[in-house]
Order: sequence, then structure tokens, then C-alpha cells
Amino acid sequence: MKRIFKNLNIVWNHFRKVGDEFWDELEEELIAGDISINTADMIISSLKVKACEEKITGIDSLKKVLKQEMLAILQTEESTVLTVSVTPPTVYIIVGVNGVGKTSAIAKIANMLKQQGKKVMLAAADTYRSAAVEQLGHFAKILGIDMVKHQRNADPGAVVFDCLESALAKEVDLVMIDTAGRMHTSFNLIQELKKIKKVVEKKLGRSPEEVLLTIDSTTGQNARNQAEIFSESMDVSGIILTKTDGASKGGIVLTIKNDLGIPVKITTKGEKIGDIEYFDQVGFVDSMVV
Amino acid sequence: MFEQLTAKFEDLFYRIKNKGKLSPGDLDKALREIKLTLLEADVNFKVVKEFLVNIEGKALGKEVMESLTPAQQIIKIVNDEMVKILGSTGGNICFASKSPTIIMVVGLQGTGKTSSVIKMASYFKSKNQKKVSLIAADVYRPAAILQLEDMAKAVDMEVYSGKGFDPVKISKEGVQKFTRSGSDVIIIDTAGRLHIDKKMMEEIKEIRKAVKPHQIFLVMDAMTGQEAVNIASSFNAAVECDGIILTKLDSDTRGGAALSVYSVVRKPIKFVSNGEKVEDFDIFYPDRIASRILGKGDVLTLIEKAEKVIDDKKAEELSKRIESQHLNFEDFIEQLKSLKKMGNIDNVMSMLPISGVNKTLKKMNFDNFNIDRLEAIINSMTVSERRNPHIINGSRKKRIAKGSGNSVNEVNKLLKQFSKTKQMLKHFSSLKGKLGVPFDGPLGL
Repeated sequence: MKRIFKNLNIVWNHFRKVGDEFWDELEEELIAGDISINTADMIISSLKVKACEEKITGIDSLKKVLKQEMLAILQTEESTVLTVSVTPPTVYIIVGVNGVGKTSAIAKIANMLKQQGKKVMLAAADTYRSAAVEQLGHFAKILGIDMVKHQRNADPGAVVFDCLESALAKEVDLVMIDTAGRMHTSFNLIQELKKIKKVVEKKLGRSPEEVLLTIDSTTGQNARNQAEIFSESMDVSGIILTKTDGASKGGIVLTIKNDLGIPVKITTKGEKIGDIEYFDQVGFVDSMVV
Repeated sequence: MFEQLTAKFEDLFYRIKNKGKLSPGDLDKALREIKLTLLEADVNFKVVKEFLVNIEGKALGKEVMESLTPAQQIIKIVNDEMVKILGSTGGNICFASKSPTIIMVVGLQGTGKTSSVIKMASYFKSKNQKKVSLIAADVYRPAAILQLEDMAKAVDMEVYSGKGFDPVKISKEGVQKFTRSGSDVIIIDTAGRLHIDKKMMEEIKEIRKAVKPHQIFLVMDAMTGQEAVNIASSFNAAVECDGIILTKLDSDTRGGAALSVYSVVRKPIKFVSNGEKVEDFDIFYPDRIASRILGKGDVLTLIEKAEKVIDDKKAEELSKRIESQHLNFEDFIEQLKSLKKMGNIDNVMSMLPISGVNKTLKKMNFDNFNIDRLEAIINSMTVSERRNPHIINGSRKKRIAKGSGNSVNEVNKLLKQFSKTKQMLKHFSSLKGKLGVPFDGPLGL
């Protein structure tokens, strides 16, 4: 008994001595990856305890424990695969702030599900941004799938309604709704999103299977605010993390999962239609901790 | 946005209690707070480190101004330093001596280049009376050219998009065309690209070589995280940017990226973009971003205003009277005057970082008009009435009402408000120590 304590003490002292600087540096590294300070501190304190308990002194084994800590945060009880409704059509609403890559992400998801044999239909409910409908239309044409659109500045709710009508008539498996980019701080535009969701609920008698929040991995701490506010009004079920081919790895999703419990479901990167994956937790953690 | 940042500030006030001078211990605590604040605002951690070293040197041993708590003093130093670092007010554009001035806009995908191009173009058109034409050199994103054309139509501007898929060729042809047609300014909208994509970065170098733009602007999303420094330095290394356009400031981002970017590339932030409309485009003001990064609303402005208008001695006397509950109408009118000097009451209220107090004060619904009326009523009181409000009976009320041109009802209202205020002040004076709020004057009201 005495010896165990002695060992523990040695390890502990070792870490305390050379430690403080090391932990500070580690904290900086985590913050450099856009993880929030709170999450970084939480990871580090539990890492300190583990390092002590498991008598870790080598950097490699510490990295391993660090990765485990991160994985523990990312772990979900439910599966992160996109939910499918028993009665078609399955409905996904894609939301996010301006410029995160919603439309491209929709094209990529549509393509992926089409290849799985699903009949997909798109609703061009971004009636606001110039050429947004044309951009989505371009993808629909390439993929050979139907898209329902109205004229510019039309009511997005009406587009969605028509799309669902058409989807029911044509026995479509999956409807994906592209919404206009909007700042989470804009009250009116968030109300508009709620209306879109209501249209789905009224028409199908159930909530959309997924409300996916698109987050640009270059985004810093503000992504957490986005997630919080969008999920308050839209009950966000998962995150699409875009532009992961950039230098930023999107560490803020750790904070979002930790604080708000919203998991990443899909990651996209690159300009090609096939540049999409289901979220790979281990791969993500490996890319964060090199 | 305000609420959340406000809460943090209250906390900061709370932790560092009122003391006369900045001790090294105070400073450490404050610097830690500031470090966290900056990091949470997405300022790059390396930039934060350098910045704090700088601040420490400036802050240590400094006398605390009577009207500020140590925390506020440090924040003031930080703020001043940040404003200094962030450079000058933007907006000034060097137009070429011989038209056309060629401007190229670059940046990552989704930062808002196309919107910024349109906004900037219409800014030059209306502010500088320039004839502006646009070149659509984004041949990659589906419908990008259409987007620029569509938006340009709305502001009545010509777009060249050429044929084919060579952005260098399109840019060159566009510049030739618009030079012939006598444009003053030509803006080239390039495709979004990753700063680590060598091939694509090579492309903007090629465009630059081909058309020799007078100005190159980097468009940065204000919500960008820690990578902002690398993004800016990569673009700057490739094409040497002349300035930065900071977008999406209509979000609740704190915009620390601005400080990071400026610290690294030392290129001025020229414009900010903050909304969906073409007019949502403004000159960059360093002080606004600084206070946004620090997340303190306009506490500083308020501090400065309070410094100017509140006589410390009077404030101290007043606070003693409040504690002893001998507040009378003479004090009250003094308070009204200092409040009025600070400007529009609603603005002052909105600057206060203390949400609870704010709500209570808002309920009292003062406006400037109201204050004039209150002043008139008090001025119609005799000295003894002002000093001893309790002697004001029915006939005195009638006289005061007549003298000040108000109804008795108004006088009653004032008396009621006064006794309420007295109660509230008593409450605040017990809170005051806890919050470290220095403004006995305006807050007391």
C-alpha cells in the first residue's frame, strides 16, 4: 500500500514540476484547434488525473489518453447515421449561417443517398440569395434528381409544401430542404425556419427526421453560439462539418458536443461530389492530435 | 449577445474588488481574465501572448483613476492598446492617378466575397461618384457568375464574365473591355480557395501578374477561428494584400480574428460588412472592434462619459447621504443634471453592463423630456420643501404644480417616484460594494 502511494507521488511530482508548463502548452494546443477554453480545461483536468492514476510519463501514452478523452466526449448513445423514416418520404432540413456550404453539402448527401438506391428530391427553399436556386438546380441536373422551386423571393414554406406534395405523389424516399443562409442572430429569419419545420409537421404529421446544422470547420468559438441558437428553435439533430480539407480541423465540434450534446453526423471536403463521409470519430481525433 | 458578455463582465468586476492601486496580484488576475476573454473571442493564442506581455508593462504600478476600479482601469489600458494596434480608421482607398483603378478581391470559400464586391462597388459609386464595373472570375462554383450578374443588375452595374474557364484570361479581357469603356474602378471577384491549396493560390498569382491590380483585398469572415492568422499570412504571401474586408459582423461573433489578422500581416482593415442589404457595409472603426472583442458593450464610453461629468466629491457626498437615507430633492436634481449631461438617457441605460439594474431603470421610463419636467417641478419647490420632501402637503402641491406648469397629478407622480428611488438607492448602495460599480451618480438614479 505504501509503495503504491509512493509511486503515485513520484509521478505526480514529476508532472507538477515539469508539468505546469507542459499542461499550459497542451491547453494552448487545444485552443489553437478551436476547442473552447472550458472544454480544453475539462479535458486537461481529467487527463491530469488519468496521468497520475495510470502512472503515465511518456508523451505517446499521454497522447493516447488524450485521444480517449476526446473520443469519450464525441461518443453518442444513438447512432450518428442519418435517420430514415419507416413511411416515406424521409425529410432532412439543412440549415446554417451564410457561406458555410449548405448547398454543396446537400448535393453531396443527395448523391450519396441516391447511390444507396434512394429516390431523392430537393426543395429549393433558399429563395433569397441570388442564384441559390440555380446553384442547387445545377446539382439536381447533374445528379438527375427532381427539384421543386418557385420564383425568387417566394415563400420558402410554400416551396416546401409543394415539394412534399410532389414527393408524396411520386413516392420519393427522401426530401432534402435547402434553406437560405441566415445569421442565428436574426430573429425574423429564424422564425421563417420554424415555419418551414411546421409545414413539414403539418403535411406529414411528424417532425422532419433530421435537422442538420452546417458548420464551417474554419469557424471559431461562434460556432457554439450558432449551434445553441439554431437548436433552440429548430431542434438540431446533427451537424454537417464542411471544408475539412482546410487547415482548420473544426475543434469547436468537441465543445458543441460536450456543451449541447449535438453530434457531428457528416463531414464534407473538397469540390467533388463524392467528397463526403459519415463522421469518423477516431479519424477526427487523430487529425486533432498528431 | 449583450446579455452573455455582460454576465462575464459583471463577474470580472466582482472578482477584483475596489482598491486604490493596481497590485501585481490584481494584475495577474485581470490578465488571466483578459486572456480568456481574448481567446474566447477567437484571437489567436500567440497574438494573445504577445499582447499581454505588452499590457503588463503598461499597467503595472499605474495609479488608478479615482473613478475607475482596477479591473476597469486594466480594461481601459487593454482597450486603448488594442485600438492602437488595430490601426487607423478604414475606408480610405487610394484610387489610381490614371483610371481605371483595378481592385482584386480574394479569400476562402464562403467568406462573402461576391456580396462584398457588390457592396464595395456600390459604396464607391455613391460615396466617390465612381463608375464601377465588375469582372466575374469564379468559374468553379456553380452559378457564382450568375450570382454576381444578378446582384450587379440590382445596383445597375456591368459585369464581364467572358467565355471559357480561364480566370486569368477572363480577368485580362474584362480589364481591357472596361478600360476602353471608361470605367473608374474595376473590381475582380475571384473564386473562393483554400489557402493551403497550392494550385489555386498559384492562380491568383497569375491573375495578379496578368492585370496588375492597384489594390488587393482579402475578405475575412469575422467568425473565423484560430486559423485566421495562417489564412491571412498565406494570402498575403501569395499576392500581398493591401487591405482586409471583415464580413458577417451581423452575427454575434466577437471578431477576434480581426486582431489576429492585423497583428500578423499588418494590413489595415478597410471595410466591414454587417448584413444582407447592399448598404450594410461600413468603414472600419478600430474602437468598435476593440470593444466588441473585449465584449464589454460600451462600458468604456460610459466610463469616459462618467469621468467627464461627475464630480467625484459630489458623488461621494451623495453616496453618504444615500447610506444615511437623507436623500432629498436637492440631491435628486443634481443627479438629474449629471444624467442629462451624459446624453440621451436610453443610450446611457443601454451602455450599462448590469442587466438587472438596467431592467429596473427601464421600468422607470425616463426620457429627456420627462427629466426637464421633473426639473421644473423641483425648481418650483421652496428650499425647505426640497430639503424636507415630507412637508409637501396638498396646498403646497397645488402651488408647485401651478408654478411649474404641471398638474397636481404630475407632482404626485414625482413624489412617488422619489420615494421609490430612495428605496432603490438604498438597495444599490448595499450592492455597490459587491459589483464594484463606480458610478454613484448615474446608477444611483
